Amino acid sequence: MKDQIYLYPLWIRIWHVVNALLFIALIFSGLSLQYSNNTFNLLPFDFAVSMHNISGITLSIAFVFFLFWNHFSGNGEHYRIKSKGYCAEVFRQFRYYAFGIFKNEKPPFPITEEQKFNPLQKFTYVMVMYVLLPLITLTGLGLFFPDILPDRMLGTTGIHFVDLIHIVTGFLLSIFMIIHIYFCTIGRTCSANFKSMITGWH
Amino acid sequence: MKKLLLMSICVLINLQLVSRTADEDAIAHSPANSKCFNCHGRPVYSYYNENLERDVSKRMNPYFLIDSVAYYNQNHKSFECTDCHSYDYNTFPHDNDLQMEPMPVCLDCHEGDDATAAFSFEKIDQEYQQSVHSTKHSGEFTCWMCHNPHSYKINARTNENIKETIVYDNNICLSCHADVNKYQLITSKEKPNIIKKHDWLPDQIAHFAHVRCIECHTHVSNNVLVAHQVLPKEQAVKKCVECHSQNSMLMASLYKFRAKESRNRLGFVNSSILKDAYVIGANRNYYLNILSGIIAGLVVLLIIIHALLRILSK
Ligand code: HEC
Ligand code: HEC
Ligand code: HEC
Ligand code: HEC
Ligand code: HEC
Ligand code: HEC
Ligand code: HEC
Ligand code: HEM
Repeated sequence: MKDQIYLYPLWIRIWHVVNALLFIALIFSGLSLQYSNNTFNLLPFDFAVSMHNISGITLSIAFVFFLFWNHFSGNGEHYRIKSKGYCAEVFRQFRYYAFGIFKNEKPPFPITEEQKFNPLQKFTYVMVMYVLLPLITLTGLGLFFPDILPDRMLGTTGIHFVDLIHIVTGFLLSIFMIIHIYFCTIGRTCSANFKSMITGWH
Repeated sequence: MKKLLLMSICVLINLQLVSRTADEDAIAHSPANSKCFNCHGRPVYSYYNENLERDVSKRMNPYFLIDSVAYYNQNHKSFECTDCHSYDYNTFPHDNDLQMEPMPVCLDCHEGDDATAAFSFEKIDQEYQQSVHSTKHSGEFTCWMCHNPHSYKINARTNENIKETIVYDNNICLSCHADVNKYQLITSKEKPNIIKKHDWLPDQIAHFAHVRCIECHTHVSNNVLVAHQVLPKEQAVKKCVECHSQNSMLMASLYKFRAKESRNRLGFVNSSILKDAYVIGANRNYYLNILSGIIAGLVVLLIIIHALLRILSK
């Protein structure tokens, strides 16, 4: 355990597993609703509606919890992007994933306690946690209480407009999740990162 | 109950706004009616009492009150009251026997009528004869029960605003199913509570504002624009995917008049619904679907290539 660092405190691990399970439930029920059909359905429609509603509300609560803890526990530091030279750093990390990794180069930004995310990771996590998730929870809230939506927006019904944002955001998050899980296999071993997300130690 | 009441009130206000302008000129074109409206158009009427030898004011039975604004804005606005009612109503007090006069039904005038052939009255009548209302209560139930003789105005066929049509049509059903007093004209059975009976439907307010009762409760055919065969409750639509699917049945009923089985507006499937509602599962975007499929495919492909290269370079 000597060279290991404690990266993921308990609250992150709990939040993360709750978040991941709910998100998978949301993707399944969401797809089932969007592509519901008379002949074949992933899930029965009314079941999918309840499942999507309940998971969505729980995920939103978990998300508020995350925002809160991230802010007050100091973990938020890892989500702060310092502007100078950041683009170049993202590019270096990108170059590593695109080429360097196959030449068995050393990762340009090794994980330390001060720098738990590499620049590319930081960028995606910030986008996901501070742009996409707020967008999807807020639009989801609007769809859950359609009364609060304006009747018409940009030449269509308010519900339709908000739903489009909701669906597109959901799609981007699903893509994120696929890439995210794949990139988590890039560790000391394939399963190392998953183990650290369970034990907290890296 | 409150919800239903609110809905009805909204309609009443709506109808009045729409019809306000029709008022003045219409009164002019049926002078004989103004005599009847002198009493039947106001809550308090007066007449000359010959025994007392003076004018007497009395309250009008609210059920016998007729809204002149609505009357002159309906299908039969050119009618004199006595076209349907006995001419003897011109005398007051009305003769008691008049209460028993048989009223004409729609088919009496509209059967084989060329001017209104487009409505297919005969086919509507056939459907109606098979409806639960008619089969269970052929004596009490008539077309007039749903088509108020003094205010019925076609909507589904002419009104561009589908939401107004939905409210209008639903109020026809609710005029009974949310009003015990009218319901009892037909039967002494207890009136089922509509809101409770539809508990299984999530977000009832949204649904009742965006679909009509008849969407779920009638047998939809191609013969008529507005289906009239109200089915027994066991046969009502309960499956969500009847509407929430790409081949949504709404395209054959509520949106029949507008429907062009369509993918026109920027690739939206069933786009004729989109102006008024967004129906999960029925409205999809063709291009977004293709685009998302391509993106997801590419991402998976890249990941596979990346993983393979990683394994090979180990
Ligand atoms: C002076 C006032 C007065 C005038 C004018 C009047 N009515 Fe009436 N009408 C009444 C009253 C009061 C009742 C309810 C008592 C009754 O049935 O006699 C009534 C009842 C009726 C009824 C319901 C009968 C029933 O019991 O089902 C009809 C139909 C009707 N009137 C038609 C007319 C028509 C058509 C005219 C115009 C040609 C007209 N009335 C003119 C006062 C009037
Ligand atoms: C198109 C035919 C038609 C015309 C025109 C018409 N009525 Fe009627 N009226 C009816 C029918 C049918 C009924 C019976 C309704 C029922 O049984 O539910 C009725 C019922 C009534 C009633 C009794 C209300 C009730 O619910 O029992 C009154 C009062 C009345 N009409 C007055 C008038 C007056 C006043 C006019 C003119 C302003 C008029 N009607 C014009 C067909 C007509
Ligand atoms: C006493 C005869 C008579 C009765 C009864 C009657 N109608 Fe009519 N209806 C007419 C006439 C005449 C017209 C054409 C009116 C006009 O052009 O002003 C008409 C017009 C219509 C129209 C077409 C309105 C438009 O704007 O094109 C509809 C719909 C209609 N009636 C429905 C009904 C229904 C439903 C019933 C029964 C509940 C009924 N009518 C009963 C005589 C009648
Ligand atoms: C259970 C209620 C009910 C009964 C009973 C009923 N109707 Fe209707 N009818 C409706 C509704 C709802 C509409 C739609 C009104 C609208 O939006 O224009 C309608 C519309 C119509 C239309 C206009 C259709 C069109 O193509 O625009 C005609 C004509 C008509 N009904 C005739 C009849 C006749 C004839 C009878 C009796 C044989 C009858 N209705 C009985 C509920 C009823
Ligand atoms: C989404 C489809 C849908 C819509 C919209 C809908 N219903 Fe129903 N309704 C049903 C179904 C399904 C049942 C049978 C419920 C059951 O068996 O528990 C039913 C039952 C009923 C019953 C029978 C209640 C009883 O048990 O005796 C009545 C009356 C009724 N509906 C009237 C209405 C009216 C009025 C409206 C419009 C305000 C309406 N419905 C709208 C699907 C619908
Ligand atoms: C004039 C009153 C009246 C109007 C208007 C009316 N209904 Fe009904 N409806 C009844 C009555 C009364 C019953 C109960 C029949 C019985 O079981 O004896 C009933 C029964 C029903 C049922 C249950 C049938 C069953 O299997 O038990 C349905 C569904 C229904 N109505 C739908 C509608 C719809 C949809 C409309 C509007 C298009 C409508 N009703 C308009 C009076 C009305
Ligand atoms: C008769 C057609 C019809 C049936 C059957 C139907 N729906 Fe809907 N539903 C609609 C329409 C139309 C809308 C669009 C409402 C809007 O634009 O706000 C809708 C909207 C919804 C919404 C979104 C409500 C909101 O807040 O905007 C949900 C959730 C939903 N339906 C679930 C269901 C479920 C679950 C069932 C089966 C138990 C069902 N629906 C059956 C027509 C139907
Ligand atoms: C959309 C759903 C998901 C979101 C939004 C998400 C978000 C995140 C975030 C923000 C972190 C960093 C946590 C920190 O602050 O330390 C993280 C780490 C991690 N996640 Fe996820 N995650 C999701 C789904 C998943 C799933 C489904 C898995 C695995 C099956 C997974 C596995 C991991 C692992 C192993 C880590 C640690 C490695 C790292 O820091 O990159 N995640 N995730």
